[in-house]
Formats: sequence, structure tokens, C-alpha cells
Amino acid sequence: MISASAVTKRYPEGREALKGVSFEISAGEMVFVTGHSGAGKSTLFRLLAAIERPTSGTITVNGQNIAALRRSAIPYLRRNFGLVFQDQKLLFDRNVLENVMLPLAIVGLPAKEARRRARAALDKVGLLDREKAHPVALSGGEQQRLAIARAVVNRPTILLADEPTANLDAESAAAILDIFLAFHQVGVTLVIATHDPLWMARSSPRMLELEHGRLVGGAA
Amino acid sequence: MRTWLAQHFAAIRGATRRLVASPLGTLLSLMVIGIALALPCAGWVVLDNMSAIAGSTSGIQQISVFMTLDAGRKDVSEIESRLRQASAGEWRFVSRDEALKRLQSSEGMSEIVASLPRNPLPDAFVVEPDDTHPKALERLAKTFAEWPKVAHVQLDSAWVKRFDAFLRIGKLAVVMLAALFATALVSVTFNTIRLQILAHAAEIEVSKLIGATNAFIRRPFQYYGALQGALGGLFAALLVVGSGWLLAEPVGELITLYGGSYAVRGLSTTGVGVLAAAGAALGWVGAQLSVSIHLRRIG
Repeated sequence: MISASAVTKRYPEGREALKGVSFEISAGEMVFVTGHSGAGKSTLFRLLAAIERPTSGTITVNGQNIAALRRSAIPYLRRNFGLVFQDQKLLFDRNVLENVMLPLAIVGLPAKEARRRARAALDKVGLLDREKAHPVALSGGEQQRLAIARAVVNRPTILLADEPTANLDAESAAAILDIFLAFHQVGVTLVIATHDPLWMARSSPRMLELEHGRLVGGAA
Repeated sequence: MRTWLAQHFAAIRGATRRLVASPLGTLLSLMVIGIALALPCAGWVVLDNMSAIAGSTSGIQQISVFMTLDAGRKDVSEIESRLRQASAGEWRFVSRDEALKRLQSSEGMSEIVASLPRNPLPDAFVVEPDDTHPKALERLAKTFAEWPKVAHVQLDSAWVKRFDAFLRIGKLAVVMLAALFATALVSVTFNTIRLQILAHAAEIEVSKLIGATNAFIRRPFQYYGALQGALGGLFAALLVVGSGWLLAEPVGELITLYGGSYAVRGLSTTGVGVLAAAGAALGWVGAQLSVSIHLRRIG
């Protein structure tokens, strides 16, 4: 489903964030990308989401080489993904329900259907009773769950998450993991960048371990 | 198709919401756009009225053909047949007796006329040409002057020419003014859209990240620009119609004092529509320019 082959990302200032990284992720797999901070986790996340392009190498998603994708095709590629960002990227000028409805507005779903599906997504992350609240009024854990609801409302086949528990306490982090495990069970492919030891202990997933931009474990 | 329509309606709704969200800013923009559009429009209405007044004033587009005093019936019918052949427009024969009678009936003239030993007036034709273009009038006048027993052809061509030149300059000025203010309108929209984009930077970034096409992101801004322009156009129409309404009576009085009668022509419904459409089109152009420059910097 996702495969990377000899992917290198060099930034203009000369820093090599990823060096010849290759791996395969099959459909329905849950994979943790781990490594010290600065190892290249976020860079990999941005390359997989086609936010940046690799300097060399190929990344294919569903058979499409996303490194060579036309700019105009990228929005349609992104609709296959659910993206959960480290900083959530919530919109603070609208309420919880409207935040979750945004991806559906983008694909042009009628408002009524969009509202129904947004509520279903909020229900999955346990935020249904907060639909009228504004993101500022939510706790850190709730904000992250809202970000996940927005990422999955489109029923993506692939969920990419970048440090989803970076600033959360253990309890909130555990709740987020439960949500991810539930998606894993229904067949969603998950790629999660994290260095949360609790998670690894609980779910014993496959791990892609990065060190200074090189893959040192889990390439398979 | 339904999705496409739904997305456009959503974009229009979004644009309306954004306009309403900052009423004071919107009002100020509308005033700027309204005044910018109202000035050339008012100029056009004034010119339109002036050419209408000019057109309704008799004498301007007439050519008087005076015969020599010794011209007889035969000469008159000769000119008549020539006029018929030339098919230059409507014409009317004023015999010297008729002209004298008219002169007599004018106030203060009867005594003078009575004191004349004989009728000093010639036979004359008054021609109202179909083609009232100054050059055509002049050509006709020249032709008439060469006909036999024609003593004098009078065309108030200097006046017509001057007035025509004046109107042409006026029209040119209005066109230049319109072009200037159109540029101003585009600039105003360009800037409001720039501010709008800055205000919605987060939303734009997130939308791009989760699969929004550029068209999707541009749409609400384009509608915003078009809507703002259209409303500005309507505001301009309101200004022009309002000032026309205020001026109608005094202008009517003035014309009555000069012994004429004239109903001031205001802005037609089509005119209002054209103003709104022009505003919308220019607003769209400004928005389009702004988004194509400023959206690249986000995401």
C-alpha cells in the first residue's frame, strides 16, 4: 500500500533529514515510526503526506508515485489520507462540529449528510457532547481527539499521525491510542510517528526506527 | 453537477458571511467602490442629458436654404424636385409671404414690417436631414449652395461642431475617468482580499493540507470580490439616481426659464444592472489578482 525506496530528503541549507530510507507498509498494518527528536520522523510524515517532495527516491501510495505527482493532483491524493498533525491545526474561529465538517465541505458533501457524518466521527472519539464548543474550550487531549475526528471523517484508508501525543498526559495519550487501535481493527492503515514508550508497551506494533535520517530497524 | 453547484452555493454563503462579519469594513469598502463608480456614471448621465437636450432643440440640425429674391415659381419647383431626388430627409417650403406673416406676428415686429415698402424676405426651404452627423450636414449644405437661384445656405455648423466636439471630449473624459476608477476599484478589492486572505490564513493552510483544490480555496474570495463590487455598483446607482432626483426640478425650472421643456433622464434599470455587473466583474478581477498572488505564500 505504501512503499518507500531509497528516499533521501536534503534541505536547502544542506542538512540531510532522511538518507536512503526504504520500507514497505501493507494495507491494514499499524506502524510506529520512532526515533530521537530530529531523527527524521516529521520529515517522513511530510513526505508521505506529499507536503514536501523527496530529493531523490520514490514513494508510492496505492501504486502512485507521489514524488512525481502533478501539483494539481495532490489535493486528490490527500483525500485518501487522514492527517493528524503535531500541532493539530484546528480552526479556532469555528466550533467543534464545523471543524470536523471541513474535509467534507472540501469534497462537496451536502451539509445535511456532512453533519451526520461529522457527528458519527465525533462519537467515535467521544466528543459528541462537545459539538457546539469552540476548540479553545477543549483540553489538550480533547483537541487531539478533535483533530483525529477531522482526520477520519472522510473515511480515509490511511491515517498518518505526527507525534499525536506529544503534549499530552499519560491518561489522554492512552485514550488516543485506544482510538487508533479501534481504527486499526476496522482495517485502516496507520502510520504514527511517536516516541511514547507507553504505547509501544501496550500495542507491540511493527516499528520503523529512524536514527539521524537512516532507517535502523523494521524495514521489512 | 450537484456537488459543483453545492460547492458554489457554499462559497457564496461563505463570502456573504465574511461580508456581514465585518459590517463597518464592508460599509467603507462599499462607499469607496460606490463613489468610484458613481462619478463616471454621473458624468455619463449628464452627457446623455446634454445630447438629448441638444437633439430636442430645433434649429441645430436644420439647414435653411434661401432663394434669391428674383427666384420664381419655376425655380422653387426645380429645388423641390432636386430635394426630392436627393432624399436628404424632411423638408418644408416657407414662402416669402408666409415668412413675412410670421415676422409680423412676432412681438414688436409688426410695426417695422408694416413700414417696409416691400417684402424683403426670400423664399426658403427648411431641410431636416436624416443624417445629422456634422460632416454630412456640411456636405449637404455645400450641395445646396451650388443649386441654381440659391442665394444662401445657412447651417449653424459652427455651433453644431463645437457642441459635438464638446460632447466628444466629455465622453472621452468620462471614459478616462471610468478607466481610472475601474483601476481604483480593482485595487480596493485587491487589498480587501489580501486582508481577507491574511485573516483566513489558518483556514487556507488546513484546507490545503486536507485536500482542498486551489479552486476550492479561491472560490469564496472571488465571490467576495464580485459580491462587494456588485453591491458597490448598486450603491453607485443609488447615488446617481438620488442626485438625479434632487437635480431634476431645478434643471427643469432652468430650462423652462429658457423657454423650453425637458424631463431629465435619469439612470435606466438597464443602467443600474450594468453598474452592478461592472462592479461585480471588476471586483472579481481584483479578487482573482489578489488570490493568485497571495495564496501562493500560504501552505
